[in-house]
Amino acid sequence: MSYVHPRPEFERELAPLPALAEPVPPSAARRLWQRDGVRQVVVLVLIAIAWEVAARWAGNDLLLPSFTQAAQAWWDDLLNGELLARTAASLSLLLQGYALGAALALVMSALAVATRTGRDVLVTLTSLFNPLPAIALLPLALLWFGLGQGSLVFVLVHAVLWPLALSTLSGFQGVPETLRMAGRNYGLRGLRYVGLILVPSALPAILSGLRIGWAFAWRTLIAAELFFGASSGRGGLGWYIFQSRNELMTARVFAGLATVVLIGWLVERFVFDTIERLTVRRWGVQR
Amino acid sequence: MSSAGAEVVATGPQERQAVAAVASPLLQVRDLTLEYRSEQRTIRATHEVSFDVQQGDRFVLLGASGCGKSSLLKAVAGFLPPRSGEILLQGQCITEPGPDRVVVFQEFDQLPPWKRVLDNVAFGLVASRQCGKAEARERAAQALQTVGLSRFAEAYPHQLSGGMKQRVAIARALAMRPRVLLMDEPFAALDALTRRSLQEELLRLWQELGFTLLFVTHSIEEALLVGNRILLLSPHPGRVRAELDAGEFDLASVGSAAFQAQQQRIHRLLFE
Repeated sequence: MSYVHPRPEFERELAPLPALAEPVPPSAARRLWQRDGVRQVVVLVLIAIAWEVAARWAGNDLLLPSFTQAAQAWWDDLLNGELLARTAASLSLLLQGYALGAALALVMSALAVATRTGRDVLVTLTSLFNPLPAIALLPLALLWFGLGQGSLVFVLVHAVLWPLALSTLSGFQGVPETLRMAGRNYGLRGLRYVGLILVPSALPAILSGLRIGWAFAWRTLIAAELFFGASSGRGGLGWYIFQSRNELMTARVFAGLATVVLIGWLVERFVFDTIERLTVRRWGVQR
Repeated sequence: MSSAGAEVVATGPQERQAVAAVASPLLQVRDLTLEYRSEQRTIRATHEVSFDVQQGDRFVLLGASGCGKSSLLKAVAGFLPPRSGEILLQGQCITEPGPDRVVVFQEFDQLPPWKRVLDNVAFGLVASRQCGKAEARERAAQALQTVGLSRFAEAYPHQLSGGMKQRVAIARALAMRPRVLLMDEPFAALDALTRRSLQEELLRLWQELGFTLLFVTHSIEEALLVGNRILLLSPHPGRVRAELDAGEFDLASVGSAAFQAQQQRIHRLLFE
């Protein structure tokens, strides 16, 4: 065994390290493939091809128009301005409802984190209203606010408020105790404490709540427009879809649906992803 | 505005200490009893603890876990209201947290992750309305320089090592020029080498700036090194076991006979 004799100590001069070999840069194709956007586009192209094949195989334009027909309808209506006008109508409503709902949610969760009564109120209200589909309130809203934008904004607020308040509150509750104490140590309290410590620290939860709220609001709006879009004067995208179906222009139905999906995707990718990249990812609190 | 002794202008820490020894203490803790209450039961953290911290002291609270030393520090910081007894800072009773007593915590998450290092240090100054944005950044840059982190002013906390984060935490506390600097086992989460270099740095900063320090640790060696005065606390609940001098020891005396003798004496006081 090597333990029999005491081993001698030794010292060693270290030779300088040989230069490291230059890393081989990846090929252009590989670099392209590594971009998220490129991979997503490839998936979309595959879906379009599958759609085209299925439509030609079915051979029934009324039930399933081909991808090229839908794309043609989309392009035509984009050029003649109809789709743009419809989208603008939907989006302006959506933004009003979304902003109002988000502001309310923030105020309510700030109150909830400040006082115990506030928390009890918010938790009770959330558990009551969160499972209730916003669209189910539309008949009531029509009764209260009439056939106008007011009703739509009301259901949009309902769609955004509860899920966002819930995730904001859980974000506030998850702020590390040390950080809270550090903030109070600086003499922060009340609104400044919420704004300077709680909101930035809870931002990952708030952002995920905003994403969920956005999707809920978008769905609710389209559903509500399908329901009564025409009566509110100028209809939005939902009404465009409904109208096209009534006129048996199925290609335009698909064009409308594609627009809904496209806007949802654009907002996800360019608005929320950008906010996330500039904040929580940069701060290292979310990967 | 404050008691006469604390306002004495001294040229160096040693001299200041000599003056302070006869003056009225900066921080007085009187018969402090701290309790944690829940529905089921009450836990007494400390029982009638009293001690005085003089201007310019490096006062160490030392004890095994459960002796209430961190609770004492939290009470001085104003996070934990006393059950009975009182804490006086320059004669004023402490009731809530404030920027005149800045805490350096053990945990790394005391730095807001959404602020760059420089903004982190400036944040406390702006938040406590001590000075405007421009002046705060200037003072923050200065504080960063004293801890040797100027190069990392634009980095985010998550890009720093543990030792660097603690340096930033110390810099942010120093920039605020608190009347007492409170440290709650600030080096406990660091590796031994980094801990040693930060202890050294803390002593150097004290030599340079002459602040008053209240320092919590469970390491006898660290207490002897960092402190000039050590309060020994016995556990469950925390009570004062002894108060010792440790001003004679520095990094060079670690391992010396006197150092070891004092170390053993503390060990005996704490565990027998």
